[in-house]
Amino acid sequence: MARVIGGITTSHIPAIGNAIANKKFEEPYWKPFFEGYPPVRKWLAEQRPDVAIVFYNDHGLNFFLDKQPTFAVGAAPEYQNSDEGWGLSTIPPFPGIPELSWHIIETLVEKEFDVVTCQEMLVDHGFCVPMQLLWPDYRKSPIRTVPICINTVQHPLPSPSRCFRFGQAVGDAVRSFDEDLKVVVLGTGGLSHQLDGERAGFINKEFDQMCMQKIVEDPEYLTKYSILDIVREAGAQGAELILWLAMRGALSKTVKEIHRNYHIPISNTASGLLLLESAG
Amino acid sequence: MEDAQLADTKAERQSIPGTTIFDGRQAMRGYALNKMCYSFNRAENRAEFLADEDAYCAKYGLDEEQREAIRKRNVLDLIAAGGNIYYLAKFAGIFKLSVQDVGAQQTGMTVEEFNEKLRRAGD
Repeated sequence: MARVIGGITTSHIPAIGNAIANKKFEEPYWKPFFEGYPPVRKWLAEQRPDVAIVFYNDHGLNFFLDKQPTFAVGAAPEYQNSDEGWGLSTIPPFPGIPELSWHIIETLVEKEFDVVTCQEMLVDHGFCVPMQLLWPDYRKSPIRTVPICINTVQHPLPSPSRCFRFGQAVGDAVRSFDEDLKVVVLGTGGLSHQLDGERAGFINKEFDQMCMQKIVEDPEYLTKYSILDIVREAGAQGAELILWLAMRGALSKTVKEIHRNYHIPISNTASGLLLLESAG
Repeated sequence: MEDAQLADTKAERQSIPGTTIFDGRQAMRGYALNKMCYSFNRAENRAEFLADEDAYCAKYGLDEEQREAIRKRNVLDLIAAGGNIYYLAKFAGIFKLSVQDVGAQQTGMTVEEFNEKLRRAGD
């Protein structure tokens, strides 16, 4: 059977993609951010997961407002990146694992999560930046992916509680997949930030640090919040916390925290990194 | 009863200062504008916009308020006219504006002041 060996949360800001393209790793602005990642890469090199399931949000590359799914699951042999309009270099595609994708889809629908299925799916910075951060040489690595997109563009967004239960269903799907695979689950985006409106630049360090602690120890505490609560406390785009909750739902009830980094600011955002290992 | 609940939700959505919740109402209001901005994912569309801005806005059916906000490159006005920040970022990108430039414009700060505000949030 497949196993969920751990989970990782990471920022996915486009500026990070540019910094990677321009190798700014040692610059004073970037160093406190990038130096958070080597311990996570070391863990990945030791554990050698076969698959990364990535909970992310599309920011207007694959989906437009003509059709805006709440939950969309990739079921493609390969996922292409493409021009997002503002100058981030397009990077090579990522291999998929359609047989696992379809098993996840079947399990989700059986558990009453009626997802959109995508046999073609462009992946934007929300997916690509985390993959580049965690597998800088992903073209040479055997890692295969299942992108799972959750709507954070157009309200109503799915509630924190529902996203946590959605993640639990994805975890159950992995654990019932009849192949000996090691799976790592990513929750991307966050933490607090707001790009739009007079409140642009809003960051809430205290709330972020509480969220990071609760994600580790007591994720269900966070499921009591509404989406508007999170927007109020973490900013309009801080709602990406629901992607972290979906990740956490897929892990075991208790987890071991292996590594953490938190840094303000990267671009307009507080960036949080967590590496959690499944217990038992 | 149901109407009261809906009204509460709407009031809540308007209760966060300096924040427009991009809901169905905004999505309908801004559909043409956001659709134009979404088209800027393609380089040939960005070039077409720059070559004849009026014609490009007309092609997507922007109304006068949206057209004026595009003309003024004014992000708060674009949001008021139904723009969603993820699509507006593609418009801003045509002019090589970063999210710090956009943040500074919306908050009435210089880019240096806005960056300092972000940095101070980490103290």
